[in-house]
Amino acid sequence: MLILSSLLLFILLAAARDEFQEELVIRPLHSGDIYASFQFRTLWDTDFLQEGQKVSHYRLFPKSLGQVLSKFSVRELHISFTQGFWRTMQWGQPFIPSPPGAELWVWFHDTVSDVDGNWKELTNVLSGIFCASLNFIDLTNTVQPSASFKPLGLGNATDHRFLRYATLPREIVCTENLTPWKKLLPCGSKAGLAVLMKSEKLFHSSFHSQAVHIRPICQDEQCSSKAWELRQTLNVVFDLHTSGQGKKEWSLFKMFSRTLTEACPLASSSKVYVDITDNPELFELSPATPLLGQAVVLGDRRTYSVYDLIMPTSSMVLSPCALGDMLRPLLHAERYVAGFGLQTGEIHTVIYNNHPYRAFPVLLMDSVPWYLQLYIHTLTVTSKSRDNKPSYIHYQPAKDRHRPHLLEMLIQLPPHSMTEVTVQFERALLKWTEYTPDPNHGFYVGSSVVSALVPSMVAMRTNFTQDQPLFSSFVPVKEESSYFVRVYTEPLLVNLPTPDFSMPYNVICLTCTVVAVGYGSFYNLLTRTFQVDEPSPPLSKRLANLIRRMRGVPLLT
Amino acid sequence: MELREFINFPGLTFPGLKITLLKPDIFFKQWYSWYSKIHSSHLESPLEVFHNHVYRLGIPDSHIVLMLADDMACNYRNPKPATVFSHKNMELNVYGDDVEVDYRGYEVTVENFLRVLTGRLPPSTPRSKRLLSDDRSNILIYLTGHGGNGFLKFQDSEEISNMELADAFEQMWQKRRYNELLFIIDTCQGASMYERFYSPNLMALASSQVGEDSLSHQPDLGIGVHLMDKYTFYLLEFLEEVHPASQANMNDLFKVCPQSQCVSTPGHRTDLFQRDPGSVLITDFFGSVRKVEITKDTINLTSPVEPPIKRSGSSDIQIESLTYVDQLPVAEIIHQKPKQKDWHPPDGFILGLWTLILLVFFQTYGIKHLKHIF
Repeated sequence: MLILSSLLLFILLAAARDEFQEELVIRPLHSGDIYASFQFRTLWDTDFLQEGQKVSHYRLFPKSLGQVLSKFSVRELHISFTQGFWRTMQWGQPFIPSPPGAELWVWFHDTVSDVDGNWKELTNVLSGIFCASLNFIDLTNTVQPSASFKPLGLGNATDHRFLRYATLPREIVCTENLTPWKKLLPCGSKAGLAVLMKSEKLFHSSFHSQAVHIRPICQDEQCSSKAWELRQTLNVVFDLHTSGQGKKEWSLFKMFSRTLTEACPLASSSKVYVDITDNPELFELSPATPLLGQAVVLGDRRTYSVYDLIMPTSSMVLSPCALGDMLRPLLHAERYVAGFGLQTGEIHTVIYNNHPYRAFPVLLMDSVPWYLQLYIHTLTVTSKSRDNKPSYIHYQPAKDRHRPHLLEMLIQLPPHSMTEVTVQFERALLKWTEYTPDPNHGFYVGSSVVSALVPSMVAMRTNFTQDQPLFSSFVPVKEESSYFVRVYTEPLLVNLPTPDFSMPYNVICLTCTVVAVGYGSFYNLLTRTFQVDEPSPPLSKRLANLIRRMRGVPLLT
Repeated sequence: MELREFINFPGLTFPGLKITLLKPDIFFKQWYSWYSKIHSSHLESPLEVFHNHVYRLGIPDSHIVLMLADDMACNYRNPKPATVFSHKNMELNVYGDDVEVDYRGYEVTVENFLRVLTGRLPPSTPRSKRLLSDDRSNILIYLTGHGGNGFLKFQDSEEISNMELADAFEQMWQKRRYNELLFIIDTCQGASMYERFYSPNLMALASSQVGEDSLSHQPDLGIGVHLMDKYTFYLLEFLEEVHPASQANMNDLFKVCPQSQCVSTPGHRTDLFQRDPGSVLITDFFGSVRKVEITKDTINLTSPVEPPIKRSGSSDIQIESLTYVDQLPVAEIIHQKPKQKDWHPPDGFILGLWTLILLVFFQTYGIKHLKHIF
């Protein structure tokens, strides 16, 4: 009996294998900032989308997300909350890019019949889980990209009818979003690397982004079976100059006001990587570690000092002296609104290709709200002052109050050039009730997304291994000579013509005044009859009249 | 015996309780206090203090619906992001790590507030945004912001009137959504907001009478705004002394902040309340006191170990080959066929337009010309 129950337990444990890994990468940037990237990965060998058998025994994988996946038949889910804008030219490329505000894109399973209904309910459920206003995502800001946002996980069927993408550029990220995000971790914020996450320090930064990525991936190198991967990432860029640090010396305690004590007991690996590629001999790391690792990430081979938390260590102090040249990011994009007045304008998207001799294609995706009416006949794409015809254009026009514009183009960027995409638009006048309480702030237009396969100077690894650091294994690599990168532009803030909201009040006042004074007095003059009325005499006169009446003498007037 | 049986008790209203050890014949008495607060312009008042006090006295976050219209903690103008202080000595950060704001920014509207109260929310609304109360729940509602005689301002663009509020409470009473309700309002002329209540079991407190203004307490010279209102400040000072076993009653609460401290005259209304206010404990509304009896006997439960999940077809051939998708398949994209748009029958406008054209045509030229056209 005992043997049987223990065997049963063993089978159960063996069947529901899940593992948790956590890592922190610290990279000093050339502008004097520090980029800290946390990645927490839970890998689970199970099948959420299996018919008939519901998953009910959760261990490391959070139950709230697991139930969401099975209820809405989600194949992939990517949600990110970002505060600040990633400055590509000063900071390089991030490990996992994200646009300002909230972004959500989901691939549904192809058994779903009503994708829009599932999408609507999914956004509401996620808004409850993350305490964010994701319920503002509806059909007016959801698009269905036709070529961008291919699934990052396993699968071969890519029918874009099952993809939905939405972004809320105005969404604020604050402690109430970080708290439920931390609660999804197996150890919470009590042990492991999540101990460092204190909101007073994390939000006092130039860039803060937290994201959740769920996708099916290969379980092992041979890719014989698939497992579900949940990655929670948190990217922060600290600006140590504004937070009062004069010297270029930083430590974990100065950045996070906490120190690492122990690894999460549920984690199979817990590591801290410090990027020492730039001038390693000038760096001084304390405590020093002999462990060095090399990883190829974003087309660049970088050297890292590795601290393994499973073997405990004390707090770290780093003091670099000088930094060498930064590898110039090969792809960079900007966007701005040109024009004047409140009627028309022009959106300019500028994409830079900084590679000295290689040209490569990029896919530009623009999702513009319906109240900016784009004139696609004015769309021009110029590179090096010559017309550059895109090899693929997909345009879906907007329908007022129903769907936004979607413009996707595949543009070949010449080497070492600047490509400019311009399109003119006209601003619409919204209905009175559609304005936000602060309409003079402006209306946000979501970031453009530029996806590209950038030629890499260093050969990339195409096969996945289990001991690869997490930050270099996010995007699947198919060929060695290029790596996939996604660049987000700035969101735009556009002023729409705003009516005077006090007008209804003014009109009521004016009309009532005119009616009361003008018509009212006229009506009175016409319809009132006037009678002469004697005022009542004072008391003395009344008494005198009484006496006179008694005497029979004529009364006083 | 199954654990499920313990939960189906008369008088027990909430599923999803965390039960530790129970004997089956214990009467499980729960005072579930619901706490809902809304704040239009002053952020510190509802936030820390009430959140900290209410939280401290036992009401869990799932029973608190917090609506904040402004984002002050993570606003770019806040010199210390993610912090909100109630006192100028900046000791206690009220925007702590546990805060969960359910409605924020543009979601705080009169419509959403009334929907939360009456429960008429769309079916896909998550649980954290609902007021899941029933006829055994005591509800505390705290509102603060700018108001006037008979209204409270929301987001500088709309107002809620005292009549709407009274009707909402009547709807709640009819649907049995509360047992007793305490309504606290800290705005100018706040007493006008509870004048129109007509449902039973309502008790109301306001910071000022009709014709008076409620004043704020301390300015922070660093930011340039005032930190808290006078009434709320003294109310919170009073609540500091309340602990979960405290016997302080409502009469003590009515005495908070007399005119000498508050400049305005706080008011209260108890005529709709059935019990005597002197017998009503503060913790009835501000705290949640649960009585649990622990037993030392062992209880046999059914085995929780389920049979391992059978992977159907895992040993057989995988239906889809396990490869990653090409992120930017240029050749495929260029040769992508345009999506066949589904044919929809012509719109009403187009049909009407064509009918008009045909009508005018045949009116002018007569039907006998038809054979010349076709």
